[in-house]
Formats: sequence, C-alpha cells, structure tokens
Amino acid sequence: MEQILLKGLDGDRTWHLADYVKRDGYAALRKIFSEKMTPEQVIDQVKKSALRGRGGAGFPTGLKWSFMPKNYDGDKYLVCNTDEGEPGTFKDRDIMRFNPHQLIEGMIIAAYAMGIKVGYNYIHGEIWETYTRAEEALEEARAAGFLGENILGSGFSFQLHNHLGYGAYICGEETALLESIEGKKGQPRFKPPFPASFGLYGKPTTINNTETFASVPWIILHGGEKYLELGRPNNGGTKLFSVSGHVNRPGNYEVPLGTPFAKLLEMAGGMRGGKLKACIPGGSSMPVLPGEIMMDLDMDYDSIAKAGSYLGSGAVIIMNDTVCMVKALQRLSYFYFEESCGQCTPCREGTGWLYRVVDRIENGHGKNEDLDLLLGMTDNIQGRTICALGDAAAMPVRSFVKHFRDEFQYHIDHKKCLVPSYA
Amino acid sequence: MMLGAESLQKIDREIAKYPSDQKQSAVMAALRIAQMEKGWLSGETMNFVAAYLGMEPIAVYEVASFYNMYNLAPVGRYKITLCTNLPCALSGANDVARYLQEKLGIGFNETTADGKYTLREGECFGACGEAPLFLVNNVRMCGGLTVAEIDKILAELE
Repeated sequence: MEQILLKGLDGDRTWHLADYVKRDGYAALRKIFSEKMTPEQVIDQVKKSALRGRGGAGFPTGLKWSFMPKNYDGDKYLVCNTDEGEPGTFKDRDIMRFNPHQLIEGMIIAAYAMGIKVGYNYIHGEIWETYTRAEEALEEARAAGFLGENILGSGFSFQLHNHLGYGAYICGEETALLESIEGKKGQPRFKPPFPASFGLYGKPTTINNTETFASVPWIILHGGEKYLELGRPNNGGTKLFSVSGHVNRPGNYEVPLGTPFAKLLEMAGGMRGGKLKACIPGGSSMPVLPGEIMMDLDMDYDSIAKAGSYLGSGAVIIMNDTVCMVKALQRLSYFYFEESCGQCTPCREGTGWLYRVVDRIENGHGKNEDLDLLLGMTDNIQGRTICALGDAAAMPVRSFVKHFRDEFQYHIDHKKCLVPSYA
Repeated sequence: MMLGAESLQKIDREIAKYPSDQKQSAVMAALRIAQMEKGWLSGETMNFVAAYLGMEPIAVYEVASFYNMYNLAPVGRYKITLCTNLPCALSGANDVARYLQEKLGIGFNETTADGKYTLREGECFGACGEAPLFLVNNVRMCGGLTVAEIDKILAELE
C-alpha cells in the first residue's frame, strides 16, 4: 500500500533534514526549478490530483489556490493550519513530529504557485515539544537554502515562521486563526470577504491544513494523475485516519481514500472490550453513526456523506457497547459550550443550553419534552452563526438523538442509564 | 513589573517573525514567555507586555483571558491539565481524574495547600492516540497514563 505522509519514518531522526532528503525530500522543489515549471503548471497538477482539504471541509485544494489574485502588487500570505484540536484528531501532530520538512516543502511549493513571499504555520498550543521541533526544522531548512532569499538560486524567495496557539479550539477556524496571528482574540470573521481577498493583515491569504500541504511534494514529483489513482475519483490520494477510543491499537493509519472501514478497524487492532456500537467518522463535530452502518462504509468523502455523516478531519472515534450515548454526548456538548467564542448569540447561549439539557438527562432530571427541545435548539443554532462552531455543536446532538433516541428516552423515563458500565 | 533579559530576548525573536508594523502579532508569545518567567500573568505583567509591544492594555487582557493556557491567577509549581474529552474518556481519563484528585487531595481548579500542584481539566490536546494524557506546566505532555505511570511522574516532580 503506497504511503505518502508516513512512508519510511523509522528511527528517531526522521524529522531531520538529512533524513528527509534521503526519502526524496525537496526533490519536488528541485524538479520545479530544474524543469522550470510555471506556477500555473504546479496548480494544474494539484487540480488533477483531486486533493481535497484535509482539515475537515474537503474543499478542492487546486481550486482554492487558483482563487489567489495573480497580478497583485502588495503582500500576500500563506498560512498552514496545524491548530489541531478537534476531539479525536491527532494526525497533524505526527506529521510535524516525524516529518516536518515535508510540510515545509509543501508550503514552499504552494508559495511558489501563488507568488507568496511569507508564510506562517499556526501550531496547536498544547503540543509544545512539537513546536520546538518545528522551530528547529525551520532553522535547518534556512541553513540549507530551502527557505529565505533566492531559494536554490531560482530567484524565488520565501520566509516561513511558526506561530504557537495557546488553548482555543476556535482558532482552528481559518479566520479566527488569522485574527489570532494578528494578536487578537480568536473570533471568526464574517465571510465574504474570503481570505483569498481579505486575509492576514487584510492581504490576500491562502490557508490549508498541514496534511494538505504535506501531500503536495509527492503530487509534484509523481504527477497529479498518479496521486488521484491512489484514491477514488473526486477523492484523490491517501488519507491519515486518527483512530481513537475502544480499539486495541489507537493511532494514525495512512490508507488510500476509499478503504473499507472494516479494514481500518482491523489495522487499529480491532475492537477493545466489546462490540462496535457507534463511530464518529470525522472528528467530534461530525454526526455519529451506528456501528452496523459503519461496517458497510468505505472511508472516503462521498461514501461517508451518503451515509449521513462527514469524513471531516479523518478522526475516527470508536465506541463499544459499554458506552452510554447520553454521557458521551454530555461530554461533547460541554466541549462546544466551553469553546464557543461568544460572538454569536445562537452559539454562545445555545451551546450552554444544549449542554445543560443533556446534562440533566444524564443526571436523571430529564423531562419528556427535552428531546424535542434539543432538536428544536439545534434548528435555531445550525446555519445561524458566523462560523461552523454552531453547526459543530448541533450535529452531534442531532445525530446522537436520531440514532440512539431509545437510550435518551430510557434515561428520562427511568432516571438511570441503559448501559451501566461506562466510567 | 519588568521581565528578565532572557525573556525580552525571546520576545524580540518572536517580534521579528512579523512585519515591522505588526508587533501585536507577538502578544501571544510574549504572554507565554512572561508566564514562563513569572508563573502567572498579573495585571502589572500584562501592562508591561502592552507597553513593550505598543498595545493598549485592554487588548492584552482580551488575549490573555481568551486563550485557556494563560494563568490569570497564581497556580501551583506544577499545573497538571488533564484532558477529559470523549476520546480520552473512552480510554480511562475519568479514572485518571479520580486517582489524581484522591492522590493530590484536591479537585479541578484547586491548588494543594503546599502550593505544589494545581489540577485543571483541559480540552482536546490533539494527541488522542496516547490517551489518557495530561500536560505539566503547558509544556510536558505525558501520555498512556496508568496508576504506576502517574506515581512515577509525580515522584519525579521534586
């Protein structure tokens, strides 16, 4: 099985530049310069690859790059979103820990394709050790002439810096992230204007996820079509899946898009302590699906969407039959309440209200009308806020109640849990 | 409340990452560096950071109070932040929480009487594969926690 992101990562020196070069590192960048590929040709290859944004939204990367103004006189910025804090997601940390130069090379190529001279990589605040390593990797790249003025004698210049977050989930939202780099509270901006016209410091900006950028060198080196062939039509390439929860070997698994869920589960060592009850296939914000539906699904954007959820960030949270779905939702609802930035009323007030109602059901104080109340609230939050955090808070509630309504009703009727053993 | 020379040097390195007219971009780093030196962010410390970066103090307070990892009040020498979010809870984080609370004799958001430990509940660190896990003083991540492992880590913290 071809791997692109985690290939050949053996030993504890994989993150160093010398090791990366041995794995074909910076060969794509050299190819661009030696073959005198134009920015348009680079973007064309990315379009052909059908690479879709790996942060969660799945937007076509080549198309996003083509939105950047070409003949623009002032500064433009490139930003990488390594603010990985969606519960269940831990893939970008591994790219940064074990293979940071692949991200750096991907960003240099992207900057070249869009005529950008300065970039920032926004790193999740809680992964300090990864941040310090990323700082060292940048120093290595600068010393070797891959970053800075006149890269490899090409005449192209690009500076890249790391920016450390400090504990705010909302900064994974791209415009909140930009506000945060500007030294402000991370509150999302109203869109439009989109970052491609009004981004960092008000300048045209492109933001991609870590895994997205890190996929680019391979695409340039081997061609977009070859990347597409690794996955499925409209779902090109491989994807990192972060498998967590009730499996024997939680961890990151890189597989072609379209790999059956059953196979991924097997790779993660199979179920731990019980049968598969439910799975959140794309990070905590995505709708939960019952186990029997999951077992028939393939892991690609379109298959998961057809089943009523989303591939999201590729965070696969596995729950066995000892899990109380009310308690699981209670914890997730608390998370969105805690992390709402407070800007939009439906989200600020709604996330707290959702949490309080789920919490009272969990604690045996639920009322008969609570389930319809919860669904009504989600109607009044979803689609009525500046950013997607409102939707992210609503979708778990909606899907948990939809698929496991009996369990919620049991809590309300009997003031106790249908599934006794969940800690 | 002036920061030490080493901290100022670190802040200057952060300022240099951004365009010369965007010093405010370094405020998150400056507050982090100040907190590492002082242990927490007093009003005086934040005012100093504001003056150093040419910002209004209120703009600095806004940042310090928005992001969860800043300490706006004194904390113990070791601040232990445990993730209890769903993937961690599925892997035993609630048992770890009970054990820590019992062993340290404090609840979440409390500090031991000797000022050694503060216990906090955290949100996703983006490392769920190693659950359950906690962070010590925002910088050291300890994963795969078991009772034996927790005992060992705490024993090492003088």
